[in-house]
Amino acid sequence: MTTHATTQRSRLDPEPVSRRDFLGLASLWAAAAALGVATLGMLRLPKAAVLSSPSKKFRVTLPESLPAGQPFIPPGRSVALYRNAEGVFAVSLVCTHLGCIVKQNPDGFACPCHGSLFTAAGAVRKGPAPRALAWHKVTGSGGHYIVDEGVTVPPGTYLKA
Amino acid sequence: MSHSALSEFAANLRAAPRRVLETMFRSGKPTTDRTRSSFVFGNVFLHLHPARTHRWSLRWTTTWGLGILCGASFLITLVTGVLLMFYYKPYPDVAYQSIKDIHFVVPTGQFIRNIHRWAANVMVVGVFLHMARVFYTAAYRAPREFNWLIGMGLFIVTLALSFTGYLLPWDQLAYWATTIGANIAQSPREITDALGITDTFDIGGLQRQLLLGSDVVGEEALIRFYLLHVMILPLALVLLMAVHFWRIRKDGGLARPDDADQRLGPPPADTYPVFTEAPQKTYQLAALVKGRTPAVGRGPENTVPTMPHLFYAELGVFMLTILICLGLAIWMDAPLKELANPNVPENPAKAPWYFLGLQELVSYSAFMGGVGIPMIVIIGLGLIPYLDREKTGTGEWFGGPGGGRLVASSVVFGLAAVLAVEVFAIRLGWLREWFPGIPQLVITFINPGTLIAAIYALYSLRVVHRFNSVRAGALALFTCFLCGFVVLTIIGTHFRGPNWHFYWSPADWPMH
Repeated sequence: MTTHATTQRSRLDPEPVSRRDFLGLASLWAAAAALGVATLGMLRLPKAAVLSSPSKKFRVTLPESLPAGQPFIPPGRSVALYRNAEGVFAVSLVCTHLGCIVKQNPDGFACPCHGSLFTAAGAVRKGPAPRALAWHKVTGSGGHYIVDEGVTVPPGTYLKA
Repeated sequence: MSHSALSEFAANLRAAPRRVLETMFRSGKPTTDRTRSSFVFGNVFLHLHPARTHRWSLRWTTTWGLGILCGASFLITLVTGVLLMFYYKPYPDVAYQSIKDIHFVVPTGQFIRNIHRWAANVMVVGVFLHMARVFYTAAYRAPREFNWLIGMGLFIVTLALSFTGYLLPWDQLAYWATTIGANIAQSPREITDALGITDTFDIGGLQRQLLLGSDVVGEEALIRFYLLHVMILPLALVLLMAVHFWRIRKDGGLARPDDADQRLGPPPADTYPVFTEAPQKTYQLAALVKGRTPAVGRGPENTVPTMPHLFYAELGVFMLTILICLGLAIWMDAPLKELANPNVPENPAKAPWYFLGLQELVSYSAFMGGVGIPMIVIIGLGLIPYLDREKTGTGEWFGGPGGGRLVASSVVFGLAAVLAVEVFAIRLGWLREWFPGIPQLVITFINPGTLIAAIYALYSLRVVHRFNSVRAGALALFTCFLCGFVVLTIIGTHFRGPNWHFYWSPADWPMH
């Protein structure tokens, strides 16, 4: 055991890590990991746990004379309500492309921002919109309804009037 | 003692103002080369400059002063921005009223807001032009590769500052541009939706929620944008600027051709030679530091003192920048539309002009236009200095194989390609008009922008092959993308009207 292994090793080979270096490196990495986790923890703060948006439920009374296929848009809301033979349903007016409010036109709805066109029931006819307009949950009866903009239902979900 | 402490006290008191000045500047008046040098390196604000500057760096055509233009316009936005903070209140509706106050009531308020707005625009233009200058003079090459990346960081932070500033007036333009921007951040949902994994992995929704702090553009969004605009982004910008400037110096000043000294000829007769008297060269730190210093390998004789030569040039650009901003502020008012109305979008709802090229692409598919293509461009730009490892043409305008002729033909090709694709898409429509049942993923990815980028990439690969040079390909690709950016921006700004329909002129827009 008198031959020194170190003298025979190539100059380019890494030396084995000494105990002192190991402890130093270990504490360095431990500090780095702690700071990393602390940073992740701080990043948790900006992600709000409670979203401060106004209530998404609202009450609406449909006019008796509303013709089938004709939308009723409650003032200040971005939802169109319809009443036809199958029942009552509510279509969101928020464009699925980039969130602009679509406007009624003779064939359905048109988005003013990037020109997407939708049918009256919300299906995409033209333009960049990736999805049909959302249908919202409607409850109630006898002309008085509650629309929940926070709940999306599959298109074709009618509330029997 | 011959004189009393009292008379010494009086003498000291008389001398105090002079001594304060002396101790402030330490080296005395900058009248000789030696005192001029110590004036530069003895001052914390000035010592980012070298004591002497190469004559090549001082030619107007080397930089056109564009870097200083960016820094100067940032200083102007900083000062005017702080002034605006005296009156601005970041709360919905109140924000709008406070901007109205600044516009109509606050002394010089309208003027200061105008300057802030136009200086921000000058800064964006300056950053674009500065980047083009560095690219076309091949100044990103070793050892300046990383500073190119820092510069890209500055470019992105500049755009982010502009975008966050856009929401603060809380008018219709602000509200809807922010709604669109936040939904672009959410657009990765187009892909997660198509793959059916949005419920478990909703990166788009997370980005939007982090940006807005809510699911609508409201008070949370406004305070976040305000915080980003006045604190986080300016700090990031200042930090990056410090590194950027420091590295210019550490990387050996501005890039110049190897034969710059021969091209410049001998220095003017009145230039005081360097290091002739008392050449007390020491190596001290220089012996320890690796890398190059500006003087290694060539004599410092083609340099002139930074004070006054470079400082006067910089001051000139600074004053010119102020002049441009003041001129614009007198000529045009910063716009302010009606109070934000979440139920009625502005029609057309247009982003700031430098995003309208992207908005044109977004009008075909949100993800590719708003996230995909910008990412490709940013990654491509960042790779330039690491892919082009050639030597010829450094420090020369349009330097490298092909040169100015290649750039000219790339301009023609770049314009032709983007115009052809856009005319086609505007006249004949895009995928959904021909194949209504086509899967959404195809519409998402096959954007006219994707097609244009692919055409440009193939063209530049051909150029790489033809000139047998990566630099030639980079010249072609950068020029093409610049043309694409300009054309798309003009289309988005001038030729798009209500419902993003094509109009030859805003005068043809229907009244609504």
